[in-house]
Amino acid sequence: MEEIKKGFTPDPDCLVQVRNLKMFFPITTGFLKTTMLKAVNDVSFDIRRGETLGLVGESGCGKTTVGRTLLQLYKPTDGEIWFDGRKIDNKEALKNFRRRAQMVFQDPYSSLNPRMTVGDIVAEPIDVHHLCANKTERENRIRELMTLVGLNTEHATRYAHEFSGGQRQRIGIARALASKPEFIVCDEPVSALDVSIQAQVINMLEDLQSRLSLTYLFIAHDISVVKHISNRIAVMYLGRMMELASANELTKHPLHPYTVSLMSAVPVPDPKVSRNQHRIVLEGDVPSPLKVPSGCPFRPRCSRATAACAEACPAMREVSPGHFAACHNL
Amino acid sequence: MTEKKMKNPLSLQIDPALFETASEEEKAQQVTMRESVSFMRDAMRRLRKNRIAMISLWVILLVALIAFIVPTFYPYTYTKQDVTAQNLGPFQYSAKEQMKIDKGMSVFPHIMGTDNLGRDYAIRVIYGTRISLLVGIFSALIVIVIGIIYGSISGYFGGRVDMVMMRIVDIIYSLPDVLIVILLSVAIKDWVSTSQNALIARLGAGMVSIFIVFGLLYWVSMARQVRGQILSIKKQEYVLASRAIGATPARIIRKHMIPNCVSVIIIIAAMQIPSAIFTESFLSFLGLGVSVPMPSLGSLASDARTALRSYPYQLIFPALSIFLIVLSFNLLGNGLRDAFDPKLRN
Repeated sequence: MEEIKKGFTPDPDCLVQVRNLKMFFPITTGFLKTTMLKAVNDVSFDIRRGETLGLVGESGCGKTTVGRTLLQLYKPTDGEIWFDGRKIDNKEALKNFRRRAQMVFQDPYSSLNPRMTVGDIVAEPIDVHHLCANKTERENRIRELMTLVGLNTEHATRYAHEFSGGQRQRIGIARALASKPEFIVCDEPVSALDVSIQAQVINMLEDLQSRLSLTYLFIAHDISVVKHISNRIAVMYLGRMMELASANELTKHPLHPYTVSLMSAVPVPDPKVSRNQHRIVLEGDVPSPLKVPSGCPFRPRCSRATAACAEACPAMREVSPGHFAACHNL
Repeated sequence: MTEKKMKNPLSLQIDPALFETASEEEKAQQVTMRESVSFMRDAMRRLRKNRIAMISLWVILLVALIAFIVPTFYPYTYTKQDVTAQNLGPFQYSAKEQMKIDKGMSVFPHIMGTDNLGRDYAIRVIYGTRISLLVGIFSALIVIVIGIIYGSISGYFGGRVDMVMMRIVDIIYSLPDVLIVILLSVAIKDWVSTSQNALIARLGAGMVSIFIVFGLLYWVSMARQVRGQILSIKKQEYVLASRAIGATPARIIRKHMIPNCVSVIIIIAAMQIPSAIFTESFLSFLGLGVSVPMPSLGSLASDARTALRSYPYQLIFPALSIFLIVLSFNLLGNGLRDAFDPKLRN
């Protein structure tokens, strides 16, 4: 990736391009002593226009941090973010980016202000970016957005606590759509919902994507959900990207030892297939992100680890066309 | 299967032919929209249920009404002296006034008697109450404005800004307020007596320094509480959502943080009023408050002390007034706390 960093030319097919993104948080670990928590360490990926990139990994692996850093909610320690051929590095670009890139949050309970009416919540991007000239236009837009996500327009004057989890997530999606964005980061949008509601919301997100030609970064820990909605899937482990391939390829032929074990843990709704499946149980726990092992972070738990793995961290390379993995032993 | 099957009399099967479809009008009748419950309305409903708080509220309103309306039509003023009518008891008349009554002229009674200079006591107590209420409201306003701005900036920006701002609060917290009032009133005495502003001159050095001290010292507890609230609200996802949208810090503080601190703000402001009234009375009692002839409940009580044995009512009336105001505000404050923060009750 080094040669890309110098003289980087954005790909017109890609809406979002992330290069060598690093996000370290200083953590106080003792008296006057801080350790860097490497939440995201040297992550690069592209998201093509109109596609959904799924991002999976265990909890604490840095998925959410990638999403939030990508949207500039945290100031990245290092790395570049390119959106629609422009680098996000100045105030002007950021203001434009804020309108065109939005986020759907995980917890539909804490992501809506309890003191605001649903109409005001949905209209917040409109108010911040002055997208509507007058009150009637604003009202109409609110009604339009609420219809778009399948909510009763007469509920605009109500407060968020009067709605169910699924309805609240729809409000959150309506808010994300209000500024007519092209790119939406969905940060585990369904993990707080019932399975039946999950399906509704996922289908709605897919429907909205085709109607409004949106591009998604879909963060989740449920591989079956990600597989359903994504075109390509990226796997993360301890702040690093392990594997990136098309959804089909990744689930059928995982290459990286971590992905292989991850896929073997996905439950199959067919008892016959399930019985024949070999479940790979990894030894030990995920190391603390404060003490990431040297070289490949997956090394201590990897069955194929060699001496070389402790030396250097493997870079992502194209193992087969369109299928990237970061492992020395492939 | 025959078309007409005998129906079992015990069957619960319902014959759909017996039903007819509802008309649009009938459907509309079934749609009932529940009224939207906002947080404020919910709190007010709880407050209305609290009988003690409601009685206190009515007492405060009544006292405020009397304090601000009665002086406009009352026949006596708080400065008018009548040497023939010194130290009269309630509803007593001086010899001169008795002569007028005998002649058939009407004389307005001294409801609370008169003081040692022959001034009508009722109007003086009313003026004193007015001063007390003004001090209470003024101090609450200062506390709200400075406390919210300071606390929310400190809480929102956090880190080093927060540390410096909170150390300043700690220093202010440790300053003794009575000492500062005394020092200030001595320091600004000359400035106040030569002031062109009629209001400042009339209030006197003691009162002006009381206001300055309220402005300087009393907002710290509000600032601390608001900061604490903001710190917890800052971690909520809706603040992050607002930042993702591109809202400015000012908008986030105004639209997301302060509305969520409202309960704390209302409770502290309501608790601040009685404590400010009490401080003012106490300082006036020590002779640091309003300057003569302007009365204050504290200075009235202080003056009554000298003739306590002969004219006890001169102490009872202002004392009763302070008692009523402070008690009502305290009970209302408790009621507001229960209404806005039901979890705090136990």
